Amino acid sequence: MVVRRLALAAWLCASAAAAHAGPRAEVIHWWTSGGESAAVREVAQAYRAAGGTWIDSAIAGGDQSRAVTVNRIIGGNPPTAAQFNTSKQFLDIIEEDMLDNVDELALAQGWDRLLPEPIVGVIKVRGHWYAAPMNIHMQTWLWYSKAAFAKAGIRKEPASVDELFAALDRLKAAGLIPLAHGGQSWQEVILFASMLSNLGGRELYLKVMRDRDQAAIQSEAFRKVLLAYKRLQSYVDPASPGRNWNDATALVISGRAGIQIMGDWAKGEFTNARQTAGKEYGCIPGLSAGSPYLIQGDVFVFPKTDDPEAIRAQKLMARVVGQPAVQLRFSQLKGSLPVRTDLDASQLDACAQKGMAILRDRARPLGVPEVYLTPDQNGALQDVLTAYWNTHMPVEKAQKSIASALRY
Amino acid sequence: MKIKRTLTPYAALLPMFVTVLVCYIGSAVWTLGMSMTASRTFPSRHFIGLAQYQRLFDNERWMLSLQNLAVYGLLFVLACLVIGFLLAVFIDQNVSGEGVLRTVFLYPYAMSFVATGLVWQWLLQPGDGIDSAVRALGWQGFRLDWLVDQDMAIYTVVIATVWQASGLVMALMLAGLRGVDPEIRKAARLDGIPAWRVYLQIVLPMMWPTVATILLLLSTAVVKLYDAVVAMTQGGPGTASEVPAKFIMDHLFLRSNVGLASAGAVVLLVPVLALFAPYAYARSRKEAA
Repeated sequence: MVVRRLALAAWLCASAAAAHAGPRAEVIHWWTSGGESAAVREVAQAYRAAGGTWIDSAIAGGDQSRAVTVNRIIGGNPPTAAQFNTSKQFLDIIEEDMLDNVDELALAQGWDRLLPEPIVGVIKVRGHWYAAPMNIHMQTWLWYSKAAFAKAGIRKEPASVDELFAALDRLKAAGLIPLAHGGQSWQEVILFASMLSNLGGRELYLKVMRDRDQAAIQSEAFRKVLLAYKRLQSYVDPASPGRNWNDATALVISGRAGIQIMGDWAKGEFTNARQTAGKEYGCIPGLSAGSPYLIQGDVFVFPKTDDPEAIRAQKLMARVVGQPAVQLRFSQLKGSLPVRTDLDASQLDACAQKGMAILRDRARPLGVPEVYLTPDQNGALQDVLTAYWNTHMPVEKAQKSIASALRY
Repeated sequence: MKIKRTLTPYAALLPMFVTVLVCYIGSAVWTLGMSMTASRTFPSRHFIGLAQYQRLFDNERWMLSLQNLAVYGLLFVLACLVIGFLLAVFIDQNVSGEGVLRTVFLYPYAMSFVATGLVWQWLLQPGDGIDSAVRALGWQGFRLDWLVDQDMAIYTVVIATVWQASGLVMALMLAGLRGVDPEIRKAARLDGIPAWRVYLQIVLPMMWPTVATILLLLSTAVVKLYDAVVAMTQGGPGTASEVPAKFIMDHLFLRSNVGLASAGAVVLLVPVLALFAPYAYARSRKEAA
């Protein structure tokens, strides 16, 4: 009897506590490395400060994490919120009508003019907003070692694709690894995207990636892009295949290599090695004054639910994610940029400030290939690009294979 | 009473029967169905006939994967059989410390393919591992860069997996060797037949059932080859060491194309059936005889 009464009391206490704790959000994400988990802790703290309860479900690895989210949505036990990349990864889930929209908040805050266009293009489907954007990564920065440039006698940052190749030649002549590269297919796609945007320009980029225009892929201009991409391969060291991106960054940090083309997450490696932008290393966002700025980022999506408590938790979450202070703090720790272009960037580092200024110019941001292509098309493109990079495939064949990869 | 007695074994078999029907045959049929739909992230019922198969055989990576699988399968099975047999014969000579050697040879099999792949990746990494060790020993011109070589990468996977699996083949072969009547060997020795001929022409043919079992085990290992490749080369450099199972996994999860992945899985089922059917047929004939 006593036991039963105690149990009842405990149950009452527990349920009272739960009712008191406000909306409960279970959040699936893959931010598990040092800087990333510090960044997501900021979001969790802000959520708690806003009166909610944050239940953290971190799953290492983006693929793994997304697979768990999709499986739980299908299984009828979805998380309150889940991370995706700003891409077509969650388009199928939207089309199955399994996500809640955040129209209310988007309209109130005026996301249409606040967010860069490529981000809007992904999260706004048929007039509804289906995700709360967290941050922006720019994928095709050029990072260079000032020591290596000095050794090779390069005095000026390259400002065109021709100047880039000239710099690479000088680095090679100085006995350095001109281009630090990790030979994994996704890193080869970054090199390709960098050449397509810098050499081909905005129009060709959109024609190939967004419109999948067969004539543009067969064009002479695109052929030149492919040749420039392949030419980069003559500047990497023979041990590059299979190398991780951060090992390639380490080559630049130590001054053994000259340049790496990589996303802004590479900045964390420089920071960890106690180097500062402008002093030991430099960052170049593009090879001409108006070159496209290829962005992607992370968003939270909110799986559909009937539970009013869960919906309340989702709404609170979307609001917290968009708070200026949370956006800034998160990006500072993760090395990304805040997604809202109206924020004061003066607290960010020199490279991020450069990026922020470009982001405000609405003519420059474009999405990375994943923003325009389905995961499937993107994968097929990746297969062709890595095969072209690694073998003696003639450029005509690469052109033909890309055309057929993007046809489906 | 009699009915009850005949029913009991069937009742005992029921769980296994249901498992086979639902988990194996059911899944296979479902996959076959999926392969004829336009499913992406989610299974869909939109029937598109054989279009996924058409696309599959139009895909260069898939064709290269099949080719790699053929090369890998042939070399892997042959090398395992030869090395396993030689090791078994070696231990069969009543060497001292047989127990220790047997354990040593069998030990790699206790490791997962992922661990095996990682260890061999370190060993074969150019500028590291064997490459730099041999150079440190004085051979300055020595280079071992198979792991990053387009044409050689698939052979590094063969090396690593043969190292892992030949111990098991040795154990099975040894059991087979021990099962051969010693009187036969004595008779052969009295006739003055050299040892190698005894093994090759008398003992080996008598071990045919063992060899068939080993072949079946190795062939299934070939078809499902995935983790060793992921751990060693990630299918690279480029697409040089891609295999069908990796293609299927990539499209199932990473690339959200359940339809195409299912088509690949069905195509992969064909060689398995082609290998297994003659074996099952031979066995059923033997039982009937």
